[in-house]
Amino acid sequence: MALDSHGKREFKQIGTRVARPDGIDKVTGRALYGADMSAPGMLVGRILRSPHAHARILRIDTSEAEAIPGVKAVVTGADFSIPDDAALADISVNVMARTKALYDGHAVAAVAATSAQAAKAALKAIKVEYEVLPHVTDVDAAMAPDAPVVQKGRSLESVPAGMGANVTHHCEFGHGDLEAGFARADKIVERSFKTAATHQGYIEPHACLATMNGDGRADLWCCTQGQYMVRTVCAGVLGIEASQLRVTASEIGGGFGGKTTVFIEPVALMLAKKSGKPVKIVMTRDEVFKATGPTVSTSIDVKIGMTKAGRITAGAATLRYSGGAFPNTTVDMGAQAAFAAYDLDAVRTVGWNILTNRPKESAYRAPGAPQAIYAVESVVDELCLALNLDPLDVRILNAARKGTKSSYGPTFDDIGLLATLEAAKAHPHYNTPLKPGQSRGVSCGFWFNFGGNTCVSLNINTDGTVGVTEGNPDIGGSRASISLMAAEELGVPYDKVRTIIADTASLGYNDVTDGSRVTFAVGLATIKAARDAIKKMCGRVAKIWGIDEDAVEWRDGAAHPAGPNAGKFPPMTLEEIAAISFETGGPIAGHYEVNADGAGVSFGVHLCDLEVDKETGQTTILRYTVFQDAGKAVHPDYVEGQMQGGAVQGIGWALNEEYIYGADGRLLNAGFLDYRIPVASDLPKIDTQILEIPNPGHPYGVRGVGETGIVPPLAAVSNAVSRAIDVRMHELPMSPPRVLKAIKAARG
Amino acid sequence: MRYEKPQTVAEAARLLTGEKGLSRILAGGTDVLVQLKAGLVEPDLVVDIKALPGVRSIVAEAGGFRIGAAVSNAQLGEDKAVRALWPGVVEAANLIGSTQVQGRATMVGNLCNASPAADAVPALVAAGAVARVAGPGAARDVPVEKIPTGPGKTKLKRGEFITSIFLPARPPRSADAYLRFIPRTEMDIAVASAAVSLTLDEDGRIAAARVALGAVAPTVLLVEAAAKAILGSRLEDPALEALAAACSAAASPIDDKRGTVEFRKDVVGVLAKRAARIAYTRAGGQS
Repeated sequence: MALDSHGKREFKQIGTRVARPDGIDKVTGRALYGADMSAPGMLVGRILRSPHAHARILRIDTSEAEAIPGVKAVVTGADFSIPDDAALADISVNVMARTKALYDGHAVAAVAATSAQAAKAALKAIKVEYEVLPHVTDVDAAMAPDAPVVQKGRSLESVPAGMGANVTHHCEFGHGDLEAGFARADKIVERSFKTAATHQGYIEPHACLATMNGDGRADLWCCTQGQYMVRTVCAGVLGIEASQLRVTASEIGGGFGGKTTVFIEPVALMLAKKSGKPVKIVMTRDEVFKATGPTVSTSIDVKIGMTKAGRITAGAATLRYSGGAFPNTTVDMGAQAAFAAYDLDAVRTVGWNILTNRPKESAYRAPGAPQAIYAVESVVDELCLALNLDPLDVRILNAARKGTKSSYGPTFDDIGLLATLEAAKAHPHYNTPLKPGQSRGVSCGFWFNFGGNTCVSLNINTDGTVGVTEGNPDIGGSRASISLMAAEELGVPYDKVRTIIADTASLGYNDVTDGSRVTFAVGLATIKAARDAIKKMCGRVAKIWGIDEDAVEWRDGAAHPAGPNAGKFPPMTLEEIAAISFETGGPIAGHYEVNADGAGVSFGVHLCDLEVDKETGQTTILRYTVFQDAGKAVHPDYVEGQMQGGAVQGIGWALNEEYIYGADGRLLNAGFLDYRIPVASDLPKIDTQILEIPNPGHPYGVRGVGETGIVPPLAAVSNAVSRAIDVRMHELPMSPPRVLKAIKAARG
Repeated sequence: MRYEKPQTVAEAARLLTGEKGLSRILAGGTDVLVQLKAGLVEPDLVVDIKALPGVRSIVAEAGGFRIGAAVSNAQLGEDKAVRALWPGVVEAANLIGSTQVQGRATMVGNLCNASPAADAVPALVAAGAVARVAGPGAARDVPVEKIPTGPGKTKLKRGEFITSIFLPARPPRSADAYLRFIPRTEMDIAVASAAVSLTLDEDGRIAAARVALGAVAPTVLLVEAAAKAILGSRLEDPALEALAAACSAAASPIDDKRGTVEFRKDVVGVLAKRAARIAYTRAGGQS
């Protein structure tokens, strides 16, 4: 659906900072999250997890646990069949291990009991006999031919013969003559990088309440980014029909991609089925870290050639990603995104996925892109330093623009990279001189964005208010944005519109809230549903006026005669039309269903000033500014919040966040004490500048803004730290011990 | 699990002595309750000492202060007189946890939890603080550095518990300071820490000093060589370098998820230098 031809339309409500509809409930504690729902006779569900990184499960004896008073059901892998679909089968095995425990924290059994104490006692009474197997948690070690084999026979056809058994996927992207490109370079830099796995760190742990009646009808309340996905996966894993399972999404305390799959829901349903009672499972934080998906850990080689003038002549990268014990193809996105910011004649990226004994990866905000772009932007920065060039000038010189054949194939349409770079160059931040001891880092970022399957209903209430029913959990302000778009299109005030998120039985299918798709795709569908309702209202008015439907037009919240030939009638407002709808044909509603494309790629540029304590290796961020293209910022507060939140998560990734494994393959820091996300006092206010280069694929020009913000901070911070200590850093996180070691090594 | 809240020291001692299983003492509970929740301990008896006489008050005594075992760090932080005499002890105690945790956490709890990374303990050791130990027999006074014997372990015998900590009087021109290294700015546990307490003579030279280090050994270390390194100095650079070197040499840390041996040995010296400078300035020294 194209940008409205009246693309320069003057918006009346889009772009205003209206009050969020969920604010009062959230600050007063009334909002219902995953753990807040209860049912009569509800049981407490708990999950027993493997203490081993890799072990064969020889025997599970649940008899003692079942005999404990209050224990109503115990389930193990034997209760679940394995679905035919490979992706579903992996989820099924991940939520309950079958023959092997594949990582520390892998679920091996579950109980449902009348009290937390009985459930805890039951977990202790389950006897699991393991045969501990050799394990591997490092991506490079896992790629070696003699590495312990995590899962056999999982390599896709894309993997050439002769690779280790843990290598499951291979991809290549690019174009042009690399050799000729490097031959033209005045300077070539080739470096290797590593990034640690990081967790999304959402504050709300996974929680759900499952019921299954004797007749096989099930209901599930859960904290998720996509209730339809939960229905599809749970129905598939349990072998029930989609219509028999109704899933309702709770309010959500953060997801960032990590709630686009299921962990506890099929287990709760199975416990409910076996016990005949409602079962609630709430994960502990320890479980969240051990058994829900972090992002991939990576090892990346980058080679870039540049002329003295700063033009990149060729770029190449090899990316090795591990998403834990199950195959995935996240490296595709890293390999495609790595050089997306640049207009290159010669570019080639090669990606590999490798299995390790770590939890199954879940999506995390721009999955796969931050790591790849960190490596590329680090080498670009090193070249700028070596050739004494301004890092923003070099990026402006090489920037992809409309008509550029992207590094991953498609030719770009209107994109905002150049405007974003120029805004950064002109910003007071970039033009403020640094004080002694301070340094500045720059990085570009990119994300594809996504559209996808979307269904919206819009009801005109008889009192002239409007209800929008959509199917995507609100993780970043989408209810406000969708209400704004409905209000704008209908010409009614924002506070006349209420947007709600439907359960799976009340609205057609919607893809999960991911890919920064909701404001774009649900917004698009909402605008179209509003137009559908407008068409119907115009039809009702045409009947009343006795003129052709085409002779009625909609303007400023009212139907008007389309021109002097249509006749002279006083306009009828939405409220007036709604009030008499029962006499003109019944209720009025608009609908729209679409598999939306045209999401429009998104670019950002980040500037980071910092200083490093050279005696302790500690980094202090002093100033940080985010520049990002939003296409059209529907609700600027939320757009800025996305830009700030992405930056903060990226800064945490750059400085302290990491999954730390012991020699035994067990996770050492499964809690917020030693998994260090930034606290408020760690950071300055993150400044933002929204740019608006309209997306040709959306009626209002909207682009998704949720993910790009996490991409640039890794390199922006690393480039600044490297400049501050005069040593190029190659590994994340840049925790103080690692930075101090680098400083000392450089001193000799 | 039984929960008891005795009203007298004798009753508390009797309960603790009589328990055949595992017992835990509850004051602020900021360690015990977390350990219970994590399933790390499953005590048979929990004795809440908050109702014992005197444990919730700070009393001036012999030019110093007696601080009850259930005095929260927030309460301590609001006591201007203690803050003026022992600023390093108070700043150390006030670094523990969040604002909410400060309202519950106590220095005695911090001491008895016996973590080598306890923030309050190095400052108490540098201060020469003395713990009053109650139990089945007569109360006895024990220097704070003698209480912990290793991670999670103390010298306290069955039935014994600490009812107060005494911070002694100080000569004029005295002050203390505490610094810890954490990767964040708050809500964290020391990777290494240093407390310095010192007294200046009339010429601004250091006449007496005590230096204690945290998180670099199984217990908090009182490092005499480090104190000697700055005695007689005005914290000139060579004295500071000697202080740092003595601290790094005394440290025998481990590699773990929070830091390496090398990092801790380096950083503990840096912290000692910086803490010494702060204490020196607080004591009125001109550097």
